Amino acid sequence: MNKKLLLSMHRKMLTIRLFEEKLNSLFLQGQIPGTLHLYNGQEACAVGVCENLNDKDWILSTHRPHGHAIAKGVSLKSMMAELFAKETGCCGGFGGSMHVGDINKGSVPAIAIVGGNIPIATGVALSFKMQKRKNVVCCFLGDGAINEGAFHEGVNMASIWGLPLIFVCENNLYGASTRIENMIGVEKLTDRLKGYGVKSFSVDGMDVTKVYTMINNLIKKIKSGQGPFFLECKTYRFVGHSRSDTNKYREKSEEIFWKKKDPIIRIEKKLAKEKILDNLSINKIHEEIKYELNQAVKFAKSSPHPKILNMKKYVYA
Amino acid sequence: MRNNRNSTQKMTIAESLRLTIRQEMERDKKVFCIGEDIGIKGGFGGAFTVTLGLSEQFGHERILDTPISETGIAGVAIGAALSGMRPIADVQYSDFLFCAMDQLVNQAAKLRFMSGGKLKVPMVMRAPGGATTRGSQHSQSLESYFLHVPGLKVACPSTAYDAKGLLTSAIRDDSPVLFFEHKLLYGSKGNRAEKGSISPVGEVPLYDYTIPFGKAKIRKKGKDVTILGKLRSVYTALEASKTLEQRNISCEVIDPRTIVPFDSKLLFNSVKRTGRLVIVDECTKTGGWAGEISALVQENIFEYLKKPVVRVTAPDTPVPFAPKLENFFIPQAKDVVKEVLKLF
Repeated sequence: MNKKLLLSMHRKMLTIRLFEEKLNSLFLQGQIPGTLHLYNGQEACAVGVCENLNDKDWILSTHRPHGHAIAKGVSLKSMMAELFAKETGCCGGFGGSMHVGDINKGSVPAIAIVGGNIPIATGVALSFKMQKRKNVVCCFLGDGAINEGAFHEGVNMASIWGLPLIFVCENNLYGASTRIENMIGVEKLTDRLKGYGVKSFSVDGMDVTKVYTMINNLIKKIKSGQGPFFLECKTYRFVGHSRSDTNKYREKSEEIFWKKKDPIIRIEKKLAKEKILDNLSINKIHEEIKYELNQAVKFAKSSPHPKILNMKKYVYA
Repeated sequence: MRNNRNSTQKMTIAESLRLTIRQEMERDKKVFCIGEDIGIKGGFGGAFTVTLGLSEQFGHERILDTPISETGIAGVAIGAALSGMRPIADVQYSDFLFCAMDQLVNQAAKLRFMSGGKLKVPMVMRAPGGATTRGSQHSQSLESYFLHVPGLKVACPSTAYDAKGLLTSAIRDDSPVLFFEHKLLYGSKGNRAEKGSISPVGEVPLYDYTIPFGKAKIRKKGKDVTILGKLRSVYTALEASKTLEQRNISCEVIDPRTIVPFDSKLLFNSVKRTGRLVIVDECTKTGGWAGEISALVQENIFEYLKKPVVRVTAPDTPVPFAPKLENFFIPQAKDVVKEVLKLF
């Protein structure tokens, strides 16, 4: 894997991590409204996928969308402003944390109903195929989403029509507090996909290079006329499901086990080992991103609130 | 005849809708149909023949048959609409819309709003409704449910002319449109003919025209009472008005054509003249369209009302199967006559 790619993926994962750490502290200080579903720990999934995509490839996201949007290139300023509920936000302050995205970057403003994005992703992929666009669609979903009816209908339709679509299932083991293994009647989550005639794969979702390579291969298969595919990324969220969750349902030993796999520490070790970056330059990158985030916060704070006048304007096109 | 686009032709609503879809698909390659049993050779052409024969002209990629998956149909239509297409989705019976409620209400209706006006969802969801002795799950009139969802437009054509003009507008609209069609108004033929059909046949221009949303139509001029009804209830109101004319009560019958947006101006002007309003509707009473219009009128032009606004709607029960009970459920002309007479 070339140096440039590794550096780019490192910077993006770190940006997501620091963005969310900043967000969490602002949130605890009461500076931003609403709720937060943080992505800490899962950064390798978003970055490993999106690093393969261009602005005309589309992603669909979930209630935990910050990482996906940043990985797809949505600007930090517009993301931060959205979280501050400001007019300059990527959704004009009308979306909030659970709906971030920017269609100009191929990031469909996120859909926060679990599984609701799945048939929509199928529709986007169908439309790409009908229009003979050579782009792919990646639909992020959590492990919990595979038990939604929308998953069944959306995946089956993608399968019968052979669409250019990759379902990226980030299996972080829990739907809120519920372990996925207790909620499926098959041994492995990917066993489900046999029933749809959709080829499925599993990958270490804590290793960005592995996620990247897997998606790269799947996109090649799609370009040769195959698809759709389903990829399970085995991952873990280092934080609670949402703002009020203190993870009382998880064993500390489990958390420690997964934190040892931290995808950012992992890539930083790799970069050091391969002598691409030394500690000094890693620190420099941290500082650069922190500076950028502070600029984003300043931008967000100084931006105007959305106008009441526009409430009616955005109901109908 | 088909090629002479300057002329008009007598046709049913089903034929008018089919012609519209054909012409819009010829005009714009982004338009396509998606639904259950819509293009299968030897099939019905949709539950009520509207898409019959279209797959022969456009192929199965543009008349796209789906599994029995209403959530999927709605979701796929939304996704396609977001990314440059103009899907016309079809559920065989409007009752099945409930299977797709998350997609219609949480997704289609809200994506534009939640994105701060950056997305648009130009899709049409066609939905046949109305009671036709099929029992409680294939007979409902659901327009009122969607009236309550900001972000969705709701059309209710009652004539062949309007069906074409409104569907053309719906397809070209950049917002999601729920397009309600009444089973007894289609005039479907062959083994899909409906017993008890009203099946209005009308002159329909073969040329391209649109009817803007939010423009009601006065179906009959009158001066003593305004009767507002949509879909089949337009004909119920017209029938009642004939009986009432014999008693020297002159009725003005108004067809809203779309209920979202709603042409309150035309209705208010009528009610200001007549001072009386009766709303006829096949939706059930509580929380329904008739109640909404009643509130709208009393909020705005209360001083013109000579009598309270009256609702003649279906009762608050599921649609019953037994024909005797179903007849009681559906507002009849005699019910309208009875209520109008009480106002004088």
